[in-house]
Amino acid sequence: MNAPRAQVSPPHIAVPGEFDAEQVRADFPIMAREINGRPLVYLDSAASAQQPRAVLDAIEHYATTTHANVHRGVHTLSQEATAAFEGARERVRAFINARSTREIIFTRGTTEAINLVAQSWGGMRLKPGDEVLITHLEHHANIVPWQMACAAHGARLVAAPLTADGALDLPAFVALLNDRTRLVAVAHVSNALGTVLPLRELVAAAHRHGVPVLVDGAQAIAHQRVDVRALDCDFYAFSGHKVYGPTGIGALYAREALLAQMPPWQGGGDMILSVAIESSTYNDLPWRFEAGTPNISGAVGLGAALEYLEGLGLEAVHQHERRLLAQATAALQELPGLHLVGTAPEKAGVVSFTLDGVHPHDIGTLLDAEGVAIRTGHHCAMPAMSFFGLTATARASFGCYNTSADIERLVTALIKVREVFG
Amino acid sequence: MDTRDLYRDVILDHNRSPRNFGRLEPADGSALGHNPLCGDSLSITLRVQGERLSELRFNGQGCAISVASASLMSEAVTGKPLDEIAALYHDVHELLTVDKYTPQRPLGKLLALSGVREFPARVKCASLCWHTLNAALEQRKVAASATPPATVSTE
Repeated sequence: MNAPRAQVSPPHIAVPGEFDAEQVRADFPIMAREINGRPLVYLDSAASAQQPRAVLDAIEHYATTTHANVHRGVHTLSQEATAAFEGARERVRAFINARSTREIIFTRGTTEAINLVAQSWGGMRLKPGDEVLITHLEHHANIVPWQMACAAHGARLVAAPLTADGALDLPAFVALLNDRTRLVAVAHVSNALGTVLPLRELVAAAHRHGVPVLVDGAQAIAHQRVDVRALDCDFYAFSGHKVYGPTGIGALYAREALLAQMPPWQGGGDMILSVAIESSTYNDLPWRFEAGTPNISGAVGLGAALEYLEGLGLEAVHQHERRLLAQATAALQELPGLHLVGTAPEKAGVVSFTLDGVHPHDIGTLLDAEGVAIRTGHHCAMPAMSFFGLTATARASFGCYNTSADIERLVTALIKVREVFG
Repeated sequence: MDTRDLYRDVILDHNRSPRNFGRLEPADGSALGHNPLCGDSLSITLRVQGERLSELRFNGQGCAISVASASLMSEAVTGKPLDEIAALYHDVHELLTVDKYTPQRPLGKLLALSGVREFPARVKCASLCWHTLNAALEQRKVAASATPPATVSTE
């Protein structure tokens, strides 16, 4: 990392290899809950991660001491609120190692960030006959905005296939790049399968064709160090609630040179410098893309979440979740009739599976009765499901607060499911 | 919350060996039901003689609750007059959603679904087949109205 990092005050001393998940768990008030008479085992962080006390405190502190509208008033609170909001932007910049805060746009989340690019950049660049290249494992949020943009501009959406284990078929992806390709839009990590995509190779291949790359980082941001400069991607989108922050806030990183060419997306306050009835002068980056009063307290919460995660140490969290993945993978494979869906060599802390004779929804209900929360269904990635000839899977996903004992509770609960269904 | 109340033996049995599973060709009425929450789908084909539902088949993919509910429904409605099926639909709907509901008529094995009420997330699984049946009967009316009046059902 070359960029100067903001000061952080770690709640724990992060020693590589020594990660105290029990202590981390204690930082999350919701983990004290019992579900159906048992201590909560939360294995659904890929859908939404829980918030640590530090985030809740930061939001409350902001609301009780600092709140006012931003970028508007000369009074003290407005200035402090602006400082808190722009401070959170700097925190995001540092966290993903962007060059400048001009490249960080606050959005409602990953979905809105992708829609922003699809509509603003897509409207500017997509022409009849052009192609947008995605993959077969994308979340619907990285499919539907491109379908809409392609339909609006006569372009075509193309999806690269997967291999049998749920990895991206990289040679097939590269072969689909051509002189009609205008953009590549890919997940960093698949939410349904856990596959980590080979972004460096993928970005290099796209750039050889002069094609920019958008990365849907929703499933990566909390689980490994993300460095947009090292990845060399052109857009990177993520959500606050996947990274232990609140819902309704997220960020879009975009290369400044691209943002400078893109037309504003939504019109309103904050994105203008001056307005006359005939026309308006738009604001500078990044505010040009932030119409209306933003989610200030959400941004403050997101900033606190990133600070918390920096305190734990991204590498320590990454190693901890790798151990949980290895433990879960080994234990689940022992269960008769259980089939893992997505076994790519490079995976994040997501285990998708089916159980012979038991529908995923029934697994979900029976696990919930044991206090174990997992996701069941198509995970908003129906093309990835249909690639495996499935309509649904059960999915356990891990976060920094999960422990080895959580995996054991999952396995015990699955044995009970087997007993009920015979 | 006791899952044994949801996964009763009757439910597990009908999930394992669904009755009237398959497809009728030709059929007097048909419909495809979707549960957008989970991507599950259920198709129903049926035949009507006079004003009675004479045969029904269902197929598709679904959880134990949706498969068992469709299987139990297929047994309950086969041979029944259509107006009685409409009343049965109402009773089952109330059974699935209203606490301590007293059915207006004997529901027989359909009572096994009463445990679903305690699991709000699963009510849609149990009711999907009934909605699809309704749609199939509606489709039959539309199809029938396109042919000479002798076969038109007027309700």
